[in-house]
Amino acid sequence: MIEVIKPGLSTTVQDLGRVGYYDVGIPPSGALDQFSLTAANLLVGNDEGAAGLELAYLGPELRFGERAVVAVAGAELIPRLDGEERPLWEAFEVASGSVLSFAHLRGGARAYLAVAGGIDVPPVLGSRSTYALGSLGGFSGRPLAAGDELPVGPASAAAAPRAVPAELRPAFGNELEIRVVMGLYDHLLTDDTFLTSTWTLTPTADRVGFRYKGPKLGMLEREQPFGAGSDPSNIVDAPYPIGSIQVPGGVEPIILHRDAVSGGGYAMIATVISADMDTVAQSAPGAKTRFVAVDLDGALAARADRNRRLQALRDALA
Amino acid sequence: MSRYSWGADEHLFVEVAEEMSLQANFKVMAIATGLRERRPDGLLDVCPANASFQVRFDPDRLAPRALEELVRGVEKEVGDAHGFSLETRVVEVPVLYDDPWTNETLMKFRDRHQEPSLTDLEYAAQINGFGSKEEFIAAHHGAPWFASMVGFVAGLPFLYQMVPRARQLEVPKYVRPRTDTPALTVGHGGCFGCIYSVRGAGGYQMFGITPLEIYEPGRGEVFFKAGDIVRFAPITRAEYDELRSSPRPLRSADVTFSLVDFEADSDAYNARLLEVLG
Repeated sequence: MIEVIKPGLSTTVQDLGRVGYYDVGIPPSGALDQFSLTAANLLVGNDEGAAGLELAYLGPELRFGERAVVAVAGAELIPRLDGEERPLWEAFEVASGSVLSFAHLRGGARAYLAVAGGIDVPPVLGSRSTYALGSLGGFSGRPLAAGDELPVGPASAAAAPRAVPAELRPAFGNELEIRVVMGLYDHLLTDDTFLTSTWTLTPTADRVGFRYKGPKLGMLEREQPFGAGSDPSNIVDAPYPIGSIQVPGGVEPIILHRDAVSGGGYAMIATVISADMDTVAQSAPGAKTRFVAVDLDGALAARADRNRRLQALRDALA
Repeated sequence: MSRYSWGADEHLFVEVAEEMSLQANFKVMAIATGLRERRPDGLLDVCPANASFQVRFDPDRLAPRALEELVRGVEKEVGDAHGFSLETRVVEVPVLYDDPWTNETLMKFRDRHQEPSLTDLEYAAQINGFGSKEEFIAAHHGAPWFASMVGFVAGLPFLYQMVPRARQLEVPKYVRPRTDTPALTVGHGGCFGCIYSVRGAGGYQMFGITPLEIYEPGRGEVFFKAGDIVRFAPITRAEYDELRSSPRPLRSADVTFSLVDFEADSDAYNARLLEVLG
């Protein structure tokens, strides 16, 4: 059992997400940075799909009721065990009664804590991931609060001390390029401001979406189709792809992430490629971002690269 | 012809029509049904929406172009879906119109509304040419609604009233969205009605509230499916309180919906459809 002393800013139980319910408005959820959760799980000898904790911006303070093997991967949120720093991207042991806390964030946005055995909350619709908008899954369907007691599952085997090789650890910068496939309703744009501008991530950057500041986009003035709203950025409510970018009113593009609202009436103009969703997850407010257009084949090639990187991670930690 | 577009490497987006119509939604439903019957390996979700749909897929298992070919094939088979009939159900949703909870909430957000001096119902009645909110309410529950899409958040049905376009109720969304909406609010934005499945932000006008739950987060159970037909049944405050204190499942009955028969005489067809509820 792990007791939550301080919850951090927004700490949630996440695994790799739930599949097959987006058609009734239940999004995949799961770790926003899937690579880092996978790394943390493999470090402690878990299956890749075990549930861990996603720590956003400011880490929690946790007391361990039993001895455990843990690992933290992702954002540079350095763990402190009873006050002493421990490395990121490496498994380490926690004694019964010890307190795990975190230093201030030094890079990235979200770190992942895996515990050997996994966080053993009951699965809902095949996943332990938290979907807070729908109060579903995770720990009572919400971010952690002080006093929560998290169950830990049985560890499969004594985990050997392991570390993720340096070349497989992502670097987090404050200037980013995010690759997108243009499409969906991009024919409603009247200029190429979206691709030529540098965008700044606002503090509105959570599991649902990431909102950016920058210039206003030109949008086609037209007679609106029946059932669409009156603004040029409105469409008849449509399904939203995960990673799709909408621009309500032509200002402040929003990238939907894994807790996305599943549909609505704002024109989407592009979609972030699957390989770059982890990068979006690790952007912190203030990040300078450029969107770079690739075609479907470019997106598939990037996906294949990412799959190779995941395989290299598995091989390194096998 | 529908418009196909990639939502990067994991989504195929298809817009059947730019504007809303029951015909467009019906075609969406027919294609979604066809795709679910085939369900190739790597197809994760088929998400029907009002006049469009998307397919989520795993491109490591299902090549995007093979998927596109499959969807185009199903679309061709479906054609305009005119002869398609849908095995679905009619659901009765009790509504306390003009209730104290949505009224209290809307008063908190008058500064975000088009007409701060009117309530949402008064405003909707006025811009749709009704003499009173009572007349508007009568039109609201006077014909059934088709669940053209489920989503936004878990289990929220978008509803399109089964009347000719000239009789569609149209009300713009709030100028700026509210930060709060009571759970189970019966709302309306553009030409769409909805039932808010959870408490939260929202921009639709608020007309009433239903006492019966439509989403159970503990087990992730969602009541509504796209294609459901909804009949709103007005209830009194006493009936509302009774249903809150002793809830029962929503009443529903299976029906076959035929677009051809509906189009021949919508009012008469609707009346026949609703008979199954007794």
